[in-house]
Order: sequence, then C-alpha cells, then structure tokens
Amino acid sequence: MPQMMPNLPPAIETALASYTSLPGIPDELIDPNGQIRPVWRAFIDLFSRLSPDELASRFALGDQYLADSGVYFRHVDGGTSRERPWPLSHVPVLVAENEWAEIEAGLVQRADLLELVMRDIYGPNRLVAEGSLPPMLLAQNPEWVRPMIGVQPRTGHFLHFLSFELGRSPNGKWWVLNDRTQAPSGAGFALENRVATTRMFPDYFQSSNVKRLEGFFRSFRDHLLSLRGADATVPAILSPGSHADTYFEHAYTARYLGLALLEGEDLVVEKGRPMVRTISGLRPVDVLWRRIDSAFADPLELDEGSQIGTPGLVGAMRQQGVTMVNAIGSGAVEIRALMAFLPRICRLLTGEPLRLSNIATWWCGQAKERAHVRDHLDAMMISPALSTRLPFDREDRSAIGGKLRTQAVQTLQGLLDTEAGYLVGQEAITLSTSPAFVDGALRPRPMTLRVFLARHADGWTAMPGGYARIGRSNDVTGLSMHAGGSCADVWVVSDQPIVPERMTGLGDVREIAGDETELPSRAAENLYWLGRYIQRAEFLTRLTRVFDIRTTELGSSNPPLVEHLTGYLRFLGVEPAENPPTAIAQPVRSAARCSRHLRDRLAPDALVAIAALSEMIAPRPAGVSLALHMGDILRQTIGFSGLVREYMYRSSGWRFLSAGKALEGALSTCSLVASLVAPSAPPGAMEAALDCADSKLAHHHRFGFDMSCETVTALLCLDRRNPRSLLHQLDQLKLHLEAMPNAAHDGIASPLMRAFMKIHTAVAVQTPQTLDAATLLGISRELASLSDQLTATYLS
Amino acid sequence: MLYDLRLKIAYKYAAKAGSSRHIIRVTPRELPGRQRTIVSSLEIAPRPAERSTFRDSFGNEAQDVFLRGEHTRFEITVRARIERQAATPLAFPDARIEALEEAIRHHRDLGPDSPHHFKARSRLVRPGQETTGFALGVLPEGAGVVEAVRRIGEALHAEMIYDVNATDVDTPHEAAFSARRGVCQDISHIMIACLRGVGIPAGYVSGLLRTRPPPGKERLAGADAMHAWVRAWCGPDIGWIEYDPTNAIEAGDQHIVVAYGRDYSDVSPAKGVLRMAGSQQSSQSVDLVEADPAGAPAV
Repeated sequence: MPQMMPNLPPAIETALASYTSLPGIPDELIDPNGQIRPVWRAFIDLFSRLSPDELASRFALGDQYLADSGVYFRHVDGGTSRERPWPLSHVPVLVAENEWAEIEAGLVQRADLLELVMRDIYGPNRLVAEGSLPPMLLAQNPEWVRPMIGVQPRTGHFLHFLSFELGRSPNGKWWVLNDRTQAPSGAGFALENRVATTRMFPDYFQSSNVKRLEGFFRSFRDHLLSLRGADATVPAILSPGSHADTYFEHAYTARYLGLALLEGEDLVVEKGRPMVRTISGLRPVDVLWRRIDSAFADPLELDEGSQIGTPGLVGAMRQQGVTMVNAIGSGAVEIRALMAFLPRICRLLTGEPLRLSNIATWWCGQAKERAHVRDHLDAMMISPALSTRLPFDREDRSAIGGKLRTQAVQTLQGLLDTEAGYLVGQEAITLSTSPAFVDGALRPRPMTLRVFLARHADGWTAMPGGYARIGRSNDVTGLSMHAGGSCADVWVVSDQPIVPERMTGLGDVREIAGDETELPSRAAENLYWLGRYIQRAEFLTRLTRVFDIRTTELGSSNPPLVEHLTGYLRFLGVEPAENPPTAIAQPVRSAARCSRHLRDRLAPDALVAIAALSEMIAPRPAGVSLALHMGDILRQTIGFSGLVREYMYRSSGWRFLSAGKALEGALSTCSLVASLVAPSAPPGAMEAALDCADSKLAHHHRFGFDMSCETVTALLCLDRRNPRSLLHQLDQLKLHLEAMPNAAHDGIASPLMRAFMKIHTAVAVQTPQTLDAATLLGISRELASLSDQLTATYLS
Repeated sequence: MLYDLRLKIAYKYAAKAGSSRHIIRVTPRELPGRQRTIVSSLEIAPRPAERSTFRDSFGNEAQDVFLRGEHTRFEITVRARIERQAATPLAFPDARIEALEEAIRHHRDLGPDSPHHFKARSRLVRPGQETTGFALGVLPEGAGVVEAVRRIGEALHAEMIYDVNATDVDTPHEAAFSARRGVCQDISHIMIACLRGVGIPAGYVSGLLRTRPPPGKERLAGADAMHAWVRAWCGPDIGWIEYDPTNAIEAGDQHIVVAYGRDYSDVSPAKGVLRMAGSQQSSQSVDLVEADPAGAPAV
C-alpha cells in the first residue's frame, strides 16, 4: 500500500496488508494520500480487531439470516433457471452524510427532469419539435409505448419510484451510469442486506450513526396510500410472477409494506378500472406498483403474445381509473442515447445545468458526434443506442477501447457507417474500488452504488444507502450478479445521532391490512391445491411404506396380500420399483410449485419445510430401504401440516389450505377402505389399512383384538373421534366451507353448501354394515364434483 | 363517388367464451378532401356491457368493447354512406430516394403521419435481404420515390400468385414471399418490407374495395373481405401515396380507407383477449356498392 501512515494501530495494518489500491483509480476506503477516510475509521477499527474465526462466525450469522428468510434471486443461465442464494458481500460500503446529500440533491433534480421528459414525449413533443431530441430515439425506442401517447396520468405524475446506478470517476466525482424508470428492482433486497449486516455488526450499529432505511419505505407507503381514489383499496404490487428473477423481492416488499401481491391473471378491467378476482367476487384496486415490464402489461394494446398481462390496463390508464407506479411506457427514458441529450434538455427545461453528470455519451446518429467517437475509439465504449442495460452488462455488440467483444462480421468502423443511429459512444470509464473480503483478506473491488428515489407529497427522497454492487474481479464487466458479482449494504454515516424508526406502530396499520374476504382467487386456488397435494403425498407415502414393510417382512409367506397391495398401488399410479416413485414425486413437486406462488402468504418456516420436502424427492442411496425413505418424507409432510395447524394465522387463506387437506383426506380414506376393507380382500389387508391410517392403536383401544370389516369401517369412516376418519374429515371441511364468503344468504345455504350437506349427511346416516365399497366410491365421485363446484365458486 | 357500405365480421366459438375485451377498428376514416363519411352505424352483438371510443396513435378511430359473461359469438356490423374522391395527379416532381434520408432527419414531428414511425422494422414487417434484394433488382438507376413505389408494386404483382389457401393471418411475410403466394395482407407486408429496405417509409392500410365493378371493368381481387394495401412516404412535398400491389393499381376511388398503421397488428379489425378452451371460426362479408344520391342506403 502506498504511503500508509506510519502511526496506524498494528491490527489495522495487518487487516489492510493485502489492500493495494489500483493506480489512478480512487478508492472508497483509502484516500489518495494513503490515509483511511474518516468515515471508515471506526468500522475498520472494529473489523481489524476481529480474529479470522470471529469474522467467519459473524459472516455466517448474516448468511444464516438470508438463508432462513429464503432470500434468493432467480438465475437464468442459457435455457435453465434456478433459485440462487443472495450473494451478499459481507463488507459494507461507507459514505459520509454530506457526500450523500450531494448525491441526493443531484438525483432529485434528475428525477424531476425525467418526469418533465416523460410528460413531453407522451404529450406535446416539444423536445422533438425544437430539435433537442432526435425523433428516431422515440420512433424506434422499444419502450416508447404508442398507445400511451396523449394519456395523462390521473395524479399528473408518470414517475414515482426510480433507481440510478452511480460510479465514482477518476477525479473523485460521482456520475450517473444509468437511469431505471421502468420497474426498478433492488429496494427490497437492500432491506435484507441491512438486516443481515445488522446481525453481523450489531456492536457497530449501536455506537454509530448509520442512517436507517425504514423511514424511506414508510413515506413511500404513505404516498401509495395517498394515490388511491375514493373507495380506498389496498395498493398492490403487480408482479410478472414467480418466474421473474426478482420475485422474492416482490413478495417480500408486499409483505413488508402490507400491500397486496397480484399478477396479471388476478385482474380484470371493468368500466375503466382494474378489479381483483377474489373469493368474494370482483374488488377494485386502483394503485398498482408495476413490476411487470410495460410491453407485457396488456396483451390487448401492447405485446399480443403476453401471457402475464391484463387486457384493458392501457385503457384503464387512458380513462384515469388507475395509478401505475410507474406509468406504462416509463422505460422510454432509460435508453442510453438519451444521456447524450439530457445535459442540454436540463438547461432547456429547468434553466439549470445537471447537478450530477451522467457518463459522457455521444449519439452516433449525428455527424459531428460520430466523428468524435471515431477519433477517440480507444477511449470509448460503443454500444446500442436504444439499449436500456447498464454500460457494463455483457452485450455482444458492445466494444470497449475500440475492440469488439465478439468476433464481429463488420469492423467497428464499418458499423459506425452503417448503423450510426443505432449506436452510442460512451466514455470508457473506470470505477472506484471498495473493500471486499476475498480469500481471507480485504481487497479492493470495483463498485457501483444503486440509489433509490421515491416520490412523496413534497417531492423526492433518496433511500439512504442499502445497495451497492461489487465486482468479482477487477474487471468492471463482472459487476452483474449473473456474472458472479455480489451485493453489499451501503451505510450512510451521519455526524449526528440517529433516531431509530420502525414500520410497525406507525400510521394506521389496520387501514392497509386488507379485508379478509379480499383473498385473490388465484392465491386461494394455490392454497387449496397445496393442501390437496401435501395430503395426497402423505397418503401415498404412508401406503408405500406399509407396502414395503409388508413385502420385506412377509416376503413369500403371504403372496395374496403382497399381490393385492401391489395391485392397489398400481391402481393409484405408484410403481414401488421406481426410485423415487414418480407418483409420489408428482404431488410434492406440484405442492412446491403452488408454494412458490405463495411467498407472500406462507411463513418462511413453511416455505423452508416445503423446499426441504422437495429435496427429499431424490433417488435414495443404496442400503436405504424404501420404507425408510418414505418415513423421512412422511415426517417432513407431517412437519409442514403441523406448522399449518399450530402456527398459521386463521386467515381465509388458511381455510382454503385446510379445506384442500380435508377434502383430499376424505377422498383417500374412501379409496383406502373401499380397496382394503372388504370381505374379498386377502387376510392382512384390513390391518394394512389400519396401519396406513395410523389407527391401529385406536382400534385396539376400542375393539380389543376383534377385527372385522365392520370394526375397521366404523373406526376409519364413522368414528368422529378418529382424526383420520372420513366423517371427521367431512366435519372439518364443513367448518371451513361455512366460514367462506357467501356460504349462506339470508339464512339459505349456498348451492355449494347444499351440495356438501348432501354428502355429509349421506355419510353420517351410514352404519358399518351399510357402508360398502360401492357406496364409498359413490361418495368419492360426489366429493370430486364438490371440488369442481368449489373451484367454480371461489377459485376462478 | 358515393358508396353504400355494409361490412359484417362474425366470430363463432366452439366452446363458451368467458368475459372478453376487444379493440376494433372498422369504421372508415375521415380524410379531408379524399374521403368523407356522410352517415354510419356500428352494431355489436351480443350487446357489449361497455363500449368506448378513442383515437389511436395513428389517428384511427378505435372502439374498446367489453362483453360480460359467457357467449358463443361476436358479431360486428358496419353500415355507412361514404363519399370518396378519385386520386388527384401529383402536384410535385418526384423526389430521389437518396434525398429521403436527409428529409426525414429534418422532419421534427412524431404525429400520426410522421415518416419516422414507418422506417424500421415493426412487429410484423422485417425488412431483410430477400425483400431488399428483390426491390433493388427492379429499380432503375437513380429512380424517383414514386417511380420506385410503382415499380416495386408492379413487380410484386407479377411475382406473387394470389392464393387464399397458401397462407393464414399468422404466416410470416418471409414465408409467403418464399412461396410467392398469398393474399393482400401478405403481399402488402412484403411490399412494405421492400420499400423500407430501400429507405422509403411505408405503412399498411386496411380498407375495403368496391364489390361491384363499374360497367365493363373487372372486379378487383380481395373485394369480398377487408382488403389491405400500402402507403409510402415520398418526401415532404408529395407526402403519402397509396398503392394496391394485389391489383397493381394506385389506390383510388374504388378503395375505402379504414385504418393506417405500420403493419397489420396496428390495424387488425378486431383484436381480442378471450378466456376460451375451444376453437373459433371467423367470417367476413362486404358490400360496397355505388349509391343512389337520392335514395336511401342500398345495403
């Protein structure tokens, strides 16, 4: 390290032994004179006093928190997509409050400017008419959404929530690398970064003045509430769904702010306003925090191929029946080429220069600018003018320092001639470095800040810190998380003590908490089927375990029983020779799929339990018996059911989950008794049925050693005290159905309730003698059509 | 020329469709000095729960229609009396293609008729080597823009076989061009690709043709359903001209304009999103006949 001060404590010297800042590149921790910047001093002091073991255990605390909360992002690599743990860089980035204030002031000005540009490009188009913006940059801009031309947002504002990527230039000044106006992501992850770093460095937080993040969210939530129309409804996050790379964040933010989480399929537009399909019918919603890209939001007026949008949303904007955060079409001002014109547009529209520069950009569609780019190719990044990606994202067509990244057919000079209007040159910049803990030591890595801005009644506020991207190596192109980069918390450190604030206990919590009857039908459907799939998996697992134990124990001594059980399993689709049996894997996978859509409704522990269950669906190693493997799966399903029973809030969602379990439980009991408890069944079959229903002890308790079709039927079907019995499952189902919306009207039961009561009564009037296989199968069919009726009533 | 129009578009669904929303563009445009609607009506069955009108970004009148509840058919009927003028001779000399680029750059406007919208690829039109090569092959050295439009249109008419069975509404124009077969939609998309490929802004026109020819003339191809042709921007003086490559004629008083767009997806007569399991059948019928100025509408 150059010119390190001689009087540093030895611990700090040791901690920074590997920290060699790069020549000509500013460093966040070390100033040009080799001194530790004051804002970092206390933290480095603490950090340097931690032994390698202490550091490891602190980092583990943070990672453990993220794992327990299920923080992930979806990584798409070629054709495959999977969930990846959140890549937290354990060392935060520290920024002094006064420096942050300058950043915020610059970005507030920029946000106001972008709002003015939006108003112009979807309105009078003065910028084009006066020659301040080349028309091609709109006409061929994929995010300039023509159906929005002339549409006025009902609040007067297009933009409400923005993010900006910032880098520090070699002269020490911050500059804007790109603008995110479409549907900025990362704010929810910033909150999780903060909780994780608080776990890792609680001692530092107690004694330091790090600005808190909660107030930013509270004020934005208040803003969302203020955007609602007269019949105030809960604002919602409109998500593209669980396949989106940042779906975790949508669910997390919805939960944290008490917002609804909706997908396009949840909505229908009527009379110019979006309505949510809920279990109680259509309910209005008029504030949508849009996380779905504009093009996909409305298949009627935008991308016809979109499967995830809502027909009529553009019409709802046109008729001012909804406020979108941000308005459809907001992505238009993200394009790189706009940066070439913003400095001038700023002076034109506001009379002031940009307070915070953006990265120097030249649009090659102009002869003079093209010549400049051509003459300075070595110091330029050349890339698509209409792209909205970050300057460092890998793109086949980008070139840095005059070299094309991929083997191109054309030379760069050739491209500049033929595709001039589609290209920009941007100054090939370097970023500042900030410490990351790599290979056991602090090392400098390139860094960008992501700063979020939210609108409130009086203007814009920046979230004070929370999110920085840290490069994997010293190559700036490695910043992207998909390229192995990581994410760090950003601490804005004040000179003044910070008053802690919290979300809870502030504002009117009840106001936002949504009526119980407003459960979206799609969420109810996922909960209902989650219950059914879990119950089905449990039943098939029990049955397969019973089969394997019987086969192993009895072997050839009771071939009729083994044959009978094999036949029954086959009838249910279970092939015990498969490892693992497909028929068991299927309901588990389906349950996991349902749970992925329920991230905002299931507790993290329940989600973790289902994830663990999915992981058990794998070939068992040699030496592990089928029965043992089934036992493991069984315990996990029972664990999940226990969480639901003991810990889940008795919401209407819980009702649907539990109704699904009860109905599936009734179906499996019918099937089990009809197949194994019959005079024609081989000896030992009734005992297997009791085993499978976990009712052997109860049978012994009630009937002693006498076992007959009647005693087993009595216990498994008609004994209300037995929680596995058919009648008990129907009793449970009744409680849930009665509690659902519109179960009765003016004292008259709904058609669904009446259909249910017929089944319930038909079972209740049976005796063990009359309840034979044919009757049970008839009940099964009735239950299946009851499920269809429930779906038609609540779930579609 | 005075016309009476009756246009009926009908969809029949094999299975019941749930509530559905549609955007329809079926009413003739007002084109000052060229086309005027004297009276018109638009009927929709079943009766929509909601219906509103707006003007889209290309200046077309669009209806936003919501059908509530289950239904098995969707029918649109337009009746109108329209006055259509014959095309007037060009009042300006033809511009050179090379001059267009510069003229467009100075065109500081993004209104509905701005050439900027019609230069590059759009959802359904992708200028490519095949079409651009074809266009360059039929252009004489130093051709003017209007001349180029006519040459390319005539060449395509000669090259393409009008065949209602060769393509459907979703066939890419590249496939239709390789097969050298298609209907007005395909031929228009191909011609637009050719024109944009050589630097001439070009758009799609949806409209109707006179169904009973004037005495002694042949009936034009494509008259029995909604028709399509091409418009091209020929520089700031001449502006837009319209050419019908399916019939190799300039669009004149036998053509009624319904909507302008970049390609079919901007102007499709009925665009809808339905929740439906089965298939659908669609049919169109058109009557566009010369009207008796003194009489009641003939259709």
